[in-house]
Amino acid sequence: MSDDVHSAVRSRGWLADYVGMIVVLAALVALFSMMSDRFLTPRTFITIANQIPDLVAIAVGMTLVLVIAGIDLSVGSVLALGASVLGVAMTRWGWPLLPAAMLCLVAGLACGALNGVISVGAGIPSFIVTLGMLEIARGGAYLVTDSQTQYIGAAVEGIGAPLPGLQVSPAFLIAIALVVAGQFILSRTVFGRYLVAIGTNETAVRLSGIDPRGPKIAVFALAGLLAGVAGVFQTSRLSSADPNGGIGMELAAIAAVVIGGTSLMGGRGSVVNSFFGVLIIAVLQTGLAHVGATEPTKRVITGAVIIAAVLADALRNRWSARALIRRLSVG
Amino acid sequence: MNFRSRHIGNPMTGATTSNTPPRIRCTRIHKSYAAPVLVDVDFDCRPGEVHALIGANGAGKSTLAKIICGLVRPEAGTMTLDGMPYAPAGKPDAEAAGIHIVHQELNLIGTLTVAENLFLARLPRRLGMVDRRRLRRDAREALARVDLAGLDPDTPVARLGVGVRQQLEIAAALAQHCRLLILDEPTAALMDPQIERLFGHIRRLRAGGVSILYVSHRMDEIRRIADRVSVLRDGRLVATRSAAELTTGEAVHLMAGRDVESVAATARTPGPVRLRVRGLSRDKMVRNVSFDVYAGEILGIAGLVGSGRTELLRAIFGADRAEAGTVAVGDVPPRRFRSPRQAVAAGLAMVPEDRKEQGLLMPCSVRINATLAHLRAFRRWGGQLDGHAEAVAAEEAGAAMDLRSAGVEQPVAELSGGNQQKVLIGRWLMRDAEVYLFDEPTRGVDVGAKATVYRLLGDLARRGKACVVVSSEMEELMALCDRIAVLSQGRLVRTFARGEWSHQRLLAAAFENVTRTPAASGEEDV
Repeated sequence: MSDDVHSAVRSRGWLADYVGMIVVLAALVALFSMMSDRFLTPRTFITIANQIPDLVAIAVGMTLVLVIAGIDLSVGSVLALGASVLGVAMTRWGWPLLPAAMLCLVAGLACGALNGVISVGAGIPSFIVTLGMLEIARGGAYLVTDSQTQYIGAAVEGIGAPLPGLQVSPAFLIAIALVVAGQFILSRTVFGRYLVAIGTNETAVRLSGIDPRGPKIAVFALAGLLAGVAGVFQTSRLSSADPNGGIGMELAAIAAVVIGGTSLMGGRGSVVNSFFGVLIIAVLQTGLAHVGATEPTKRVITGAVIIAAVLADALRNRWSARALIRRLSVG
Repeated sequence: MNFRSRHIGNPMTGATTSNTPPRIRCTRIHKSYAAPVLVDVDFDCRPGEVHALIGANGAGKSTLAKIICGLVRPEAGTMTLDGMPYAPAGKPDAEAAGIHIVHQELNLIGTLTVAENLFLARLPRRLGMVDRRRLRRDAREALARVDLAGLDPDTPVARLGVGVRQQLEIAAALAQHCRLLILDEPTAALMDPQIERLFGHIRRLRAGGVSILYVSHRMDEIRRIADRVSVLRDGRLVATRSAAELTTGEAVHLMAGRDVESVAATARTPGPVRLRVRGLSRDKMVRNVSFDVYAGEILGIAGLVGSGRTELLRAIFGADRAEAGTVAVGDVPPRRFRSPRQAVAAGLAMVPEDRKEQGLLMPCSVRINATLAHLRAFRRWGGQLDGHAEAVAAEEAGAAMDLRSAGVEQPVAELSGGNQQKVLIGRWLMRDAEVYLFDEPTRGVDVGAKATVYRLLGDLARRGKACVVVSSEMEELMALCDRIAVLSQGRLVRTFARGEWSHQRLLAAAFENVTRTPAASGEEDV
């Protein structure tokens, strides 16, 4: 049965979905390799791999939120709140890592669920609700820690430190697993199908006898939970819980997701491509540092790349729309 | 002043018109979209005349009104305005020439004030800023002209009722130079006292020489306010009469034309009651509606635009919450569905009117659209979807529906209207409901697809399903249905069994309540 037309169509589409991002990534790597002879070394990529797990976790959640045509601006602050309760639990209350990490995840889940219940339940745009949560969670992080960075030390470093043989950290491996799981949920499960359908036409979903509120709340809760995961990753990498952590992370995540071709209008998205989006931003940052670009220059170039990526996507869609019109007028 | 001297009460004498050119004259107007909408229409309206335009749904009334006010361009034909050639390139042209339209759905902006709405296109300016004082003064003048002197020009429009808003639209039209005013179904949303005030304005305008084109369904109003009546049927202007002479029965007859012999539906034997609706009410659009639909039966719902047909289906299905009444599917106790989810769980299915906005996921594939309501059947362990089983099921549904597509992975946006509709209906066939509600199932669908939809409805009935079909095409209902219920102003006024109905009788019932004279239902023969 595997040779029938439909699975062939689907598998070709499946590969084609990622080719564009891989080409861009390879081009960037090639470009920086030519510009700097120190860039193309294993060390560069290991550094990148161990820096990105928190952003990857957040980008996975953000992808799902954008697919349902929502947005979550609170994830950076929720990361900090999660990290803060983790830090306080370990330093002041003497909790071991595992329950403290669980507490961090619960904090993230609670913030995300609250985002979902309020925005979906009351019909308030998620932009506004999560903007409020951005302030609330950040304030909460300062309150919990008395605005002090909580130094934890070796007890928390296991997750973020490179594994001896592999060179990459457990956090990176978990992040990869999250990407795979996120993509699986989005493209291969009933829940994922509902998300795409809701983002495409919520009225049609409702009139098909499906209550869209459940999946929508679940997506915001999931985004919060993943922000909690990112909090654990970041705390582990820094050996301390920083209530100032994750500032601006929501925008970095949105940038990565959008570079990956996920539509802000909902209904279209790919978790794997969001991961490539994170990689593109990370390679760009690292590469620019290698060729001696200053921090301001890096920001200018990164911004330009975000716009260029969305522009390319928009043009591609317009072309395919034109091709569609041509095909219809012929047929 | 020449038109003031004309005797308004009896316009049919026509003696005065020989030397005065008509305010507007349309000659051999032709317009078609997919099908011809207006065919060789000759129409004129004299200075200081109220000319009513009537016709069944889709007869071309609105299109003619839109052509005159520059919103639509005719494909053939010419117009003259007071004897001069008139060919508006758009609405601004028509307005500059003094032709204004007040739409059925009002075009005011709720968040702006009365004064701002009146002068939206030409706010008085001073030094680049809006001259508020002049705006207010001009607005007061304009309001006084329509009897709204008491209204504060600074009131946000959102706070006003429908009647006042309509007067405001008329005021906006009159605030400019106005020679011909088109009122499209002006009383649809008005209560009696508001209608009286509207008529007062119309009479005053007429006395001032303004011509009025009055598009309406309501015969009693037309007799009271109009001088002449023109009847459109299937895009042709079939008669122009003096309003005083035209009886309701005659009007209905003119609108309906001869009876189309119904295509006999194959004999079906209805079973037990499958859908029982009792006292359903919602928001004045659906008023205390009760009916039964039997297993194996197709019930048609007829009625004029705005009679509450779509609203009735939505209230049954829980898409809008009904305020009173119950719905029972099969033998379960009656209840009121608070969401489509509850209705679907009880065995209802609805194919909505607007398939693009309310039915389909346009960029998604045929497969994804077809399986949406029934994803549970393709769920494997861990909530995983069996894409292959989905494709097979979508393929089967497509074959049963004669679907023309490049395979189940083709986006539905690329399909024709008819094939999109097949996908949407296929979604509910896959689910296997007990009661199917169809809202305009053949709107915007080609002839071939129409035949497929009719066949499917017949198949459903034969399989013992209960079907309810809303349609604006009487012929379609008469060909398809076992019984036809007629809605008028949200009420179910009559139910006809096969053999009892005729085009005239259905139309007469649809006009019940709308006209307050006795309906002409019994007069014509079948």
